[in-house]
Amino acid sequence: MNFSLTNEQELFQQMIRDFAENEVKPLAAEVDDRERFPIETVEKMAKIGIMGIPIPKQYGGAGGNNLMYTMAVEELSAACATTGVIVSAHTSLCAAPILENGTEAQKQKYLPKLASGEWIGAFGLTEPNAGTDAAGQQTIAVEDGDTYIINGSKIFITNAEFAHVYVIFAMTDKSKGTRGISAFIIEKDTPGFSIGKKEKKMGIRGSATCELIFENVVIPKDNLLGKLHKGFGIAMKTLDGGRIGIAAQALGIAQGAISETVKYVKERKQFGRPISGFQNTQFQLADMNTKTEASRMLVRKAANKKDKKLPYSVDAAMAKLYAAETAMEVTNKAVQLHGGYGYTREYPVERMMRDAKITEIYEGTSEVQRMVISANMLK
Amino acid sequence: MKIVVCIKQVPDTTEIKIDPKTGTLIRDGVPSIMNPDDKSGLEMALQLKDENGAHVTVITMGPPQADLILREAYAMGVDRAIHLTDRKFAGADTLATSHALAGALRKIDFDLLITGRQAIDGDTAQVGPQIAEHLDLPQVSYLQDLKFDGVKTFTMKRHIEEGYQMLEVDAPCVVTVLSSANKARYMSVGGIVDAYQKEVEVWGFNEIEVDEANLGLKGSPTSVYKAFARGLKPAGELYEVETDEAVGIIINKLKEKFILN
Repeated sequence: MNFSLTNEQELFQQMIRDFAENEVKPLAAEVDDRERFPIETVEKMAKIGIMGIPIPKQYGGAGGNNLMYTMAVEELSAACATTGVIVSAHTSLCAAPILENGTEAQKQKYLPKLASGEWIGAFGLTEPNAGTDAAGQQTIAVEDGDTYIINGSKIFITNAEFAHVYVIFAMTDKSKGTRGISAFIIEKDTPGFSIGKKEKKMGIRGSATCELIFENVVIPKDNLLGKLHKGFGIAMKTLDGGRIGIAAQALGIAQGAISETVKYVKERKQFGRPISGFQNTQFQLADMNTKTEASRMLVRKAANKKDKKLPYSVDAAMAKLYAAETAMEVTNKAVQLHGGYGYTREYPVERMMRDAKITEIYEGTSEVQRMVISANMLK
Repeated sequence: MKIVVCIKQVPDTTEIKIDPKTGTLIRDGVPSIMNPDDKSGLEMALQLKDENGAHVTVITMGPPQADLILREAYAMGVDRAIHLTDRKFAGADTLATSHALAGALRKIDFDLLITGRQAIDGDTAQVGPQIAEHLDLPQVSYLQDLKFDGVKTFTMKRHIEEGYQMLEVDAPCVVTVLSSANKARYMSVGGIVDAYQKEVEVWGFNEIEVDEANLGLKGSPTSVYKAFARGLKPAGELYEVETDEAVGIIINKLKEKFILN
């Protein structure tokens, strides 16, 4: 067992911290305030390989691993959770399922563009009536000669407005429930495919969360991802990987809130001394840091298992459950320690608290994570 | 074109403290970084490579852990990395350091040698010019910008007290670069992954061309007499007033100190 980072990982951490501090953090408040997708940051990330960290070099990626990828999402999210989820959805939910389930032709066609960041990726599973109950899909794909015709809609799709390629799910045999779902790759400019309403959200406000609309969208059969009717398995496996990314995002938010709070309590004086001198402050900080470090261990363990090609589904669920709830608790305490200032937009902790909440909801709610964890215990 | 860049690993002095009792640097827990002026020198080399095509070598003298900045240089895009390390080099001041580096540089073919202006740990700005003297090459210090004509002449913009000096210098030559010359690129993720697959050449005394008497503690005429921490400044005066009044207060203070008449 080894809890240390390798030299390579330390060098990577140094780079990504510098990048987050200098390129991402200065934009975070404005991105949140104006609900603006930070496209210029995506371009900068693309240039140095952050949009393709765990994608093999043969497909134009950086040839890194999932541990490095989680370190990147953590550091980016510590500065700006919007930027963290843009990378996470792009990598875990679009590039990864193509890498893991695509044909060689699909990999050659899509991965180099995604890994280089020339194209941004998105993932469409959720529908108005199919959230956690993914089997309730109403989007349908009907076979027609060499094509499929897709009709329906998806909601709450991260990166939607700015993506070029989408991995989406549709019913190919409604009578079979989850065994009648298939996965497809859809490109942005396909006729009949459009982007609908953009959500106004509590947090991660820059991430462009929109509806996807399919009206008689005709796609070649070559765009079926994986085997026919095997889409549900692809969705679940993709979300297992995605959860590591979201756990890393939650971890980053918690760490970002801790860094801000440590700085603040040393500066803020009450009753003639910095509030860092009060035992309440010290005990709160100790709890915040301990839980965040525990989250980090769970995140890195799950990423490490994925890198070693070991089963990681339960580890990913535990990492996401714990990191998300820790992010919520830590950011709440951070606001409390900032007092009235913490409730204003003059300080970043209120944004972090709003950003933290989504990590308990998307890519499987905390309740779903508890189902995954306990099901494994009781089988 | 062949370019060599000298780089140094230094403690990040923005995070450094001095032990008030002993007067020495507290190095525990202080991260080590590539010296900022050197990093700008490296960026200048990499830009020349991007624009004209060039082979870029980095060289550092330092203990085994200095390997990290050579990997960093690989991750930024250099072609070759050399690590000068030998017990015979230990305890070197700037003169002995420049002798060791010059000894190594005699073994390398180059058109342009770039060093940072100075390192943030010693702030001497001596090593670059000393190397140029040992190698008997023309030198231009305090560089802000450099362009290459594609044949053999560099056009250089040099920072001087009153402004800038423009120079044309033929290769081979030595330049020292300011950190304000550019903003160094980030390491790329793929570059970091590759950096640890590449070879860093480790050179000791036997690999270089130098008189042993000029090396290490023996070759160092400088010794530190005393180091001490500067006393803390008293807390400033704080005024919470309107801008006009604030400007008036500042002007009066500057007059009191005879900074303004």
